[in-house]
Amino acid sequence: MSDKKPISSVNDFVVRFANVNGSGSASANEMFARAILRHGVPVSPRNIFPSNIQGLPTWYEVRVTEDGHLGARGGVDLMVAMNPQTWDKDVAGIEPGGYLFYDSTKPMPSTKFRDDITVIGVPLTAITNSTYTDPRQRQLFKNIIYLGALSALLEMDPKLIEQLIGEQYKGKEKLLSSNVHALHLGRDWALQNLKCPIGLRVKKSDKVGDRIFIEGNSAAALGAVYGGATICAWYPITPSSSVAEAFTSHCKKYRHDPETGKAKYAIVQGEDELASIGIVIGASWNGARAFTATSGPGISLMTEFIGLSYFAEIPAVIMNIQRAGPSTGMPTRTQQCDIIACAYASHGDTKHVLLFPEDPAEAFEFAAAAFDLAERLQTTIFLMLDLDIGMNHRLCRPLKWDDARQYDRGKVMTAEMLEEGRDFGRYLDVDGDGIPYRTYPGTHPTKGSFFTRGTSRDRYARYSEEGTVYADNMQRLVRKFETAQDLVPRPLQANAERPTKYGVIYFGSTSPAMDEAIGLLEARGHQLDRLRIRAFPFHSSVASFLAEHDFVYVVEQNRDSQLRQLIVNENGIDPVRLVPIVHYDGTPITARYIAKAIGDHQDHLKVTPLRKAVS
Amino acid sequence: MTYIAKPKFHHPGLKKNELGYTHRDYEGKISTLCAGCGHDSITASIIEACYELSIEPHRVAKISGIGCSSKTPDYFLGNSHGFNSVHGRMPSVLTGANLANRDLIYLGVSGDGDSASIGFGQFAHSIRRGVNMTYIVENNGVYGLTKGQFSATADRGSKSKKGVTNTDNAIDLVAIALQLGATFVARSFSGDKSQLVPLIAAAIGHKGASFIDVISPCIAFNNHAGSTKSFDYVREHNDAVNRLDVLVGRDPIAVDYAPGTVQVVEQHDGSKIALRKIDADYDPHDRLGAQTFLAKHAAKGQIVTGLLYVDPDAEDLHAHLNTVETPLNALEADTLCPGSAVLDKINASLR
Repeated sequence: MSDKKPISSVNDFVVRFANVNGSGSASANEMFARAILRHGVPVSPRNIFPSNIQGLPTWYEVRVTEDGHLGARGGVDLMVAMNPQTWDKDVAGIEPGGYLFYDSTKPMPSTKFRDDITVIGVPLTAITNSTYTDPRQRQLFKNIIYLGALSALLEMDPKLIEQLIGEQYKGKEKLLSSNVHALHLGRDWALQNLKCPIGLRVKKSDKVGDRIFIEGNSAAALGAVYGGATICAWYPITPSSSVAEAFTSHCKKYRHDPETGKAKYAIVQGEDELASIGIVIGASWNGARAFTATSGPGISLMTEFIGLSYFAEIPAVIMNIQRAGPSTGMPTRTQQCDIIACAYASHGDTKHVLLFPEDPAEAFEFAAAAFDLAERLQTTIFLMLDLDIGMNHRLCRPLKWDDARQYDRGKVMTAEMLEEGRDFGRYLDVDGDGIPYRTYPGTHPTKGSFFTRGTSRDRYARYSEEGTVYADNMQRLVRKFETAQDLVPRPLQANAERPTKYGVIYFGSTSPAMDEAIGLLEARGHQLDRLRIRAFPFHSSVASFLAEHDFVYVVEQNRDSQLRQLIVNENGIDPVRLVPIVHYDGTPITARYIAKAIGDHQDHLKVTPLRKAVS
Repeated sequence: MTYIAKPKFHHPGLKKNELGYTHRDYEGKISTLCAGCGHDSITASIIEACYELSIEPHRVAKISGIGCSSKTPDYFLGNSHGFNSVHGRMPSVLTGANLANRDLIYLGVSGDGDSASIGFGQFAHSIRRGVNMTYIVENNGVYGLTKGQFSATADRGSKSKKGVTNTDNAIDLVAIALQLGATFVARSFSGDKSQLVPLIAAAIGHKGASFIDVISPCIAFNNHAGSTKSFDYVREHNDAVNRLDVLVGRDPIAVDYAPGTVQVVEQHDGSKIALRKIDADYDPHDRLGAQTFLAKHAAKGQIVTGLLYVDPDAEDLHAHLNTVETPLNALEADTLCPGSAVLDKINASLR
């Protein structure tokens, strides 16, 4: 018996599914999330999965959020506990007054439950065993049966789920009808045997609007297609593999010559990350738009080539879908932990451009922009996603493209320009922006050829070990990086309702949690201006923001507050004024976590001095 | 590597090829390699082959890794773009360049340290992918730039200049290339220009992965008694299976056929390889036979040279990927970007 009043909430709760990896639950769980979306209610789902194929625990969390908060919330209101291995932890994670949904086929001792939650048992195994003879069917349809039961418990419209099943199994009538049958098996059992609905309910709304539901990796891959990438070289690594797989899929649809059927792209699965970035650099050197997708360990392997790209000034785009490091770390857990590694990748003095999209829509936009930037700046551009954006579906604004947009191919000297007698020095700073002209191989019979190398050379690409020549080149590279400040996406600032001397800086996948945390902090009486950084090098507005505030919190998902380090390093600011707010257990940062960490610090700052209090 | 360019003037009576170019048009900067280096002879052979084929120099992309051999692209085809990448990674850079523009000719120049050690993987994978290139290893069995360490192609039992005996087994890049599916495999000797020049010319004409291992003695660190990569040793143990000439449609080369069998192999680009067999039993179309032949001769300490294997019907990576004929680097937004109307449909499918 529950000694706590059950949670009652409409369109605002968290459901977590605890499953066994490989049990086929992913499809049913995702359908649950999509079904709620079809009710017009925003959702924010997250896949929490092990670095394993079968047998280990996996969770799928769906935050149902009428208010549209897309960050992780923390806590679970309804636990669908389908994994005996994690039972105790799963039960413990339920909010007081929450609900536990489980397979009640086998009786369980009362000690396995809690008094302050509502327990809902459905004999799933018994139902499947009496309906299906095939063991695999029993397993798979069990997932659809619990989906059906949940639809009754949460008062969802079954027709919307049937519609989704119809879309998923279009043209496969047998699968379609058997899935619909399983859905109703569960739903009917719940309606007949349980008190439906429970305190948590889904009510039709209109809060989704025209937003789309897409994974960041897929959006980034689509951005590469729209951005004109013709060559992708990659090596499989979690959580980035789906970028290349999605690029392959998009190219198959949109990049074949209609007359010949031939491909207007080339995709090579390299033998390793070194070869992948080598292919990208070779292709870019030769004038094609090329990219690779990888994660932290891949970045480590690529750093030698990244140094070459920087020094020899060859465009390259690297999509880094970050995961928890160092070393193998936690391959299937999220972090924003490659900031320093990418900003200064390779030996010697290097600086690289980093782009930080906050959601799939920006992943699309920044991916497309990365190719323009790479060619304009003739250097490596990192698109810094992470697992939380890359491998989870997110609601975001629709993707947009301006048909009048042309690709910025940067400073490329053509045969005509060479014929005109233009002075071509591969590393000449003609325009004072640090960016030289290049030529593509094969351009002109007698003019414009040069030798690309990672060793020092003069402005005309002639090998030189002269110290002054080397320093001249390195200074120009600094000028080029300064030019980049005004080419990359600018930070976005939002000010508090009242003037405040406190600010917060954040970036990337932290964004939705941060947006929500601001509301929680305001409710606690704290006003903060906020700045979302979208790229490195930092725009001058970052320095202005720092100057305007006494203390600035830097919220990020790594141990060492890497963005803060970068800000300190690049702006020469007193580190004491930058307060690190870090979260790095591999799960996405939550609004609750941010609000507590900043709120506690703010409370501490607000303590009235004793002298003042007694006077 | 040098910034000293050769003087521009030349004798007005220099012989010209079909395009009106002289040998000088195929030269590069002055070599800074040691006087007598075998690599300079290979450079001369590349120049000669390109001259004979009447290649437009700027239509060649020459790509290398790091090391003595990898410096050499600076010394030929001065009007070509060159790329001295990083140690052992020439094959991936070349693969990318080739994917970007299938219309150029790709010369990959590497060394035994570059290709048989740090770049062994990249060598293998570029070969198995069938990248349309001429991959030349200037093989001296030693690390010259770091002054005399054994490389992975140094034969077991051979001695270094300091008298140290190599106890590791050697990697035979030719045997590996055959096993990996290279469709043109040859070995030659830098001191045998009459064999090497037509081999290079034929390899350039070959559409697919062409591999040539050229034994190229290091005059400074590996040209002593006890070395199996010295000039003397190679001359004494060179066992040529064939001699060849390349006949291009435009300008057939006069061939002084030696007595014995002649076999003509026609390649994709219309060029013909006239193979003058020295070993009457040797069949350059038999991959397995070539592997066995190599192994048998290696066991006897002999260095088999010549065109060891050729598949005249080879396909390259572009054929495998079914890419368009237009070079990928020439495609622009109007042909690459699906446009906003398609994006609207994509958006609609994601709701």
